[in-house]
Amino acid sequence: MNQPTGGHKQGFLSTNREDRWWIEPTLTGLGFIAFVVYTTWSMLQGEYYWWSAGQEGFGGYLSPFYSPLIFINPTVAGAAPAAHAWLGSFPGWWPSLIPMTPAILILAGPLSFRLTCYYYRKFYYRSFFLSPPGCAVGGVTQKNYSGETVLLVIQNIHRYTLYIAFGIIAVLSYDAVLSFFRDGKLGIGVGSIILLINPILLAGYTFGCHALRHLSGGRMDCFSCPNGKEKFKHKLWKGISSLNDRHMFWAWISMIWVAFADIYVRMVAMGNWTDFNTWSL
Amino acid sequence: MDRKFKVWRGNKKSGEFISYSVAVEQGMVVLDAVHRIQTEHASDLAVRWNCKAGKCGSCSVEINGKPKLACMTRLNDYREDEEITIQPIKAFPIIKDLVADFSWNYEQNKRIQPLKIRARDKDGNHRMFQRDVERIQEFRKCIECFLCQDVCHVLRDHNKKDKFIGPRFMIRLASLEMHPLDEADRIPAIKEEFGAGMCNITRCCTDVCPEHIQITDNGIIPLKERVVDKYYDPVMWLYRKIFKRN
Ligand code: SF4
Ligand code: SF4
Ligand code: FES
Ligand code: FES
Repeated sequence: MNQPTGGHKQGFLSTNREDRWWIEPTLTGLGFIAFVVYTTWSMLQGEYYWWSAGQEGFGGYLSPFYSPLIFINPTVAGAAPAAHAWLGSFPGWWPSLIPMTPAILILAGPLSFRLTCYYYRKFYYRSFFLSPPGCAVGGVTQKNYSGETVLLVIQNIHRYTLYIAFGIIAVLSYDAVLSFFRDGKLGIGVGSIILLINPILLAGYTFGCHALRHLSGGRMDCFSCPNGKEKFKHKLWKGISSLNDRHMFWAWISMIWVAFADIYVRMVAMGNWTDFNTWSL
Repeated sequence: MDRKFKVWRGNKKSGEFISYSVAVEQGMVVLDAVHRIQTEHASDLAVRWNCKAGKCGSCSVEINGKPKLACMTRLNDYREDEEITIQPIKAFPIIKDLVADFSWNYEQNKRIQPLKIRARDKDGNHRMFQRDVERIQEFRKCIECFLCQDVCHVLRDHNKKDKFIGPRFMIRLASLEMHPLDEADRIPAIKEEFGAGMCNITRCCTDVCPEHIQITDNGIIPLKERVVDKYYDPVMWLYRKIFKRN
């Protein structure tokens, strides 16, 4: 450890900073906890994740937390019709300890993407690991700080979780299309708009990913070698870079929206909120 | 109007905060106040400075606990009744008062393999295009104030100077690695000796950089991704094996 010879304070949370540096890590930390708590609760419900005003056929609103539906239990309230699930009803061998909710099968995908995202890492290392809690603020005392070299080397899988994220965007885009139909009839409702915005925001987040920025062109040392012509890869890299500039914004807005979309579908399915739409005209 | 300042006075062995009060005028920066303290109260107060224009990187200190350039920090950023604390930077040893010894940094610089320029084109020229060097020009804005080195918790709190070269040199490495004419491969060194993995991308270096260089997003993370290519990506590994690419 350094000898504090310049009047610096030493140790956990010690600092000479006089501004309210703790506000940001506290708010982001609490915001994320609120999201995780809500998501877990919503996942465990296993009901009211689908609404099509009781109509069969193509169309309806599906909560993004439950999509894609792999197995479902069509007997619960607010469940999607069995035909919407890839593999139908939950099988007989389903372990009784694991709740029969379709969301449990898929949430690990988006979660692994967000948890290994360079932006999320920044804020949870600050807010939860307190390493460091703020700039020029003493972090958790560790005998042998190793950063991302030992256990946390796992963060390097981020580029693979990126492929999962592409899959999610595709699925949620399909759900957005689905939401513009009711029993095969084209229309539009508040829910359709909410479910359409959802994959757009997720794309804003995903296409600004640092790993994608690297893979798309960042890994090259020379964009226009050997002939000096501007290549598509450079344009792509520039586009991704401009989204990447505001990665934090996209991370939050897409996360909040996905939760809001779930709340909306749930409330409408439960009959608490009325969905304004063209089908009921 | 008079303002109060609390200035660290001391040397390698010991020291203390001493309070001074001096008259200040509109538009003054912290370095002006330090000079006024020198003139009026403490002619032996040591402070390093040169340009007073935020361009030489000499006047790095900590003001109210934050690493900053004394010449670019205006007094009216602080409440009038607030006593402003001025200290030397923390991550490197103190010489006297506000002056610290940055020599470790210059030693690190020497460890970096310099540009290894590729052969000239057939017509005898070295050709580069603006769009290919734009990225690394951002890193050339660095004024070597070492505020980023000071705030980086790997060096500041954990004192892992043997394991991590620090953000300033990560961007120097990035500017060489991304250079269109460079042929050297520094990725193994960036992973091992220079310790890219020690950085946990918490972005304090970027927050304090007076040149607003996106150290983390444009320098360190792209280098980390290059390390992933070489060491942690099984698909890339297979691709290199099959196509015998490096
Ligand atoms: S982002 Fe990395 S290099 Fe920059 S201050 Fe944080 S740990 Fe240090
Ligand atoms: S990168 Fe910024 S903070 Fe670091 S030494 Fe250069 S100018 Fe100073
Ligand atoms: S870095 Fe945030 S999604 Fe990849
Ligand atoms: S005196 Fe040159 S940067 Fe402050």
